[in-house]
Formats: sequence, C-alpha cells, structure tokens
Amino acid sequence: MSQTIAKTLDLRGMACPIPIAKTAIGIRELQPGELLEAYATDPGSVPDFNAWSKTTGNQLVEQTEEDGVFRFLIRKV
Amino acid sequence: MATTEVTIEDIAHELESHQRESAKHNKLVIIAWSGELDKVWPQMIMATTAAAMGMQTTIFFTFWGLFSLVKSDVGLTGENWMQKMVAMMDRPGMEHLGLSKMNFAGAGPKMMKHLAKEHAVASPGELLEMARDLGVHLVPCQMTMDLLGLKREDMIDGLGDPAGAATMLLEAQEAITLFI
Repeated sequence: MSQTIAKTLDLRGMACPIPIAKTAIGIRELQPGELLEAYATDPGSVPDFNAWSKTTGNQLVEQTEEDGVFRFLIRKV
Repeated sequence: MATTEVTIEDIAHELESHQRESAKHNKLVIIAWSGELDKVWPQMIMATTAAAMGMQTTIFFTFWGLFSLVKSDVGLTGENWMQKMVAMMDRPGMEHLGLSKMNFAGAGPKMMKHLAKEHAVASPGELLEMARDLGVHLVPCQMTMDLLGLKREDMIDGLGDPAGAATMLLEAQEAITLFI
C-alpha cells in the first residue's frame, strides 16, 4: 500500500461543516488506497473526522495535534 | 431441554431487518419549511454533512423554505397583488433571510452574518452551493410555487423537478427525516 500522500487539504480557520464537506469533495479524485492529509483548527473536527471515517469507511490512519492544528491522515476506501 | 435451533429463515429475517436498518442510516430527507436564517442554516449544514458522509440526501423545500431557492437579485415575485404582497413583506432569496428572534428589522441578521464571517462559518448560500456540488437533491414543492406565484426562472439553477408530498413521503421511506 502506498505511503506517499496523494493530496493535502488546508482546512485551517474553517468551521463546521466545511472541513468535512471539503474533505468529502477532495477525496473524490483519489484512487482507493491513496492517502489524503488534512489540516484543521476547528476542535470539533476531531470527533467529526472520526464519525465521518466511521460512516464512509475511509480509514483514519493517523491523527495528531501540534500548536492547535490538527492533522488527519486518511486512506481512501 | 429447550431447543435453541436457529433456522435459515431466522437468519434471513435477521439479515433483512439489519439491512433495512443500515439503509435507513444511509438516507436523509430534510423537509425545509422554514425561511429564517437561523433555520435555513441548520438545513444546509445537515444536508452538506450528510452528503459528505455518503448519505443519499434530499431537501424538499416547501412554504417559507422555498424562498431560499429564489435568486437573491429577483425583485418582487408573484403574479397577483396578494402574492406580490407576501414577497414584499418577506423578501425571497438567501441574502434576505431574517432571524426567527432578535430580527430587529434586519439588524439581527446583519450582526449574525458579521459574527459568522469572524468565525469562518460558511453562509447558507455558500453551503447551498456546496450541497449542490455534493449531489444533494434539491426539490421544490410544486404546490407552494403555485401558491406564492414563484416561477422556475425566479429560482436558482440545479434544482430537481418540482414535486409534491407523495414524492417526498416515498423518498422518506427508510430515511432519516428532519422537519426544519
């Protein structure tokens, strides 16, 4: 499986539901198995990305935080 | 000794009800009947999020909700004086939505929009565009269009064919349904 990041989304400063909506749009052009990386500052995006991953089946591979910026690494299902 | 035999029929039945349950979680129908900013906002937020989560999403716009679909630059809508009067008292279009409380002749919504911008909250108009992009099915209510004298050309592009209650109730079968 590929470990290179196919696409990066900058969702910093955006509020609910834009980070999730933009992620859903952004992941469209990826092939299954490819990785998408998203940066967000909305603290609500942490539970939201988890919920989104659970319902869509896209795998939340990694989730980190640095200086108030959350990074989500998602593998397209 | 009690038998705990499980028949194939039991399993099939169990599977079927499980499938029905999971189908329900994959479909959302919003009946959007309100036309105030503080209600149109959640209509749009729920719709975009549901579509982003892979749910088959439909919004049925009826009564005051239909005014959100009218282009904001269309002046007075309606064909007769009564319909025009309605549009004069409650100007159609996403840009002209009032608040259900603290409206203060338009000062409330202005303040709310200012706060939204400050907190990077997308406007209902932006969310509607995103909903269209995500494949949300936008259905205007035919009866309300007639009642309020709204013509197809008064309304934004990308809408589904106008329909009635029966179409919506059929769509709402096995869907999560919200009335906002």
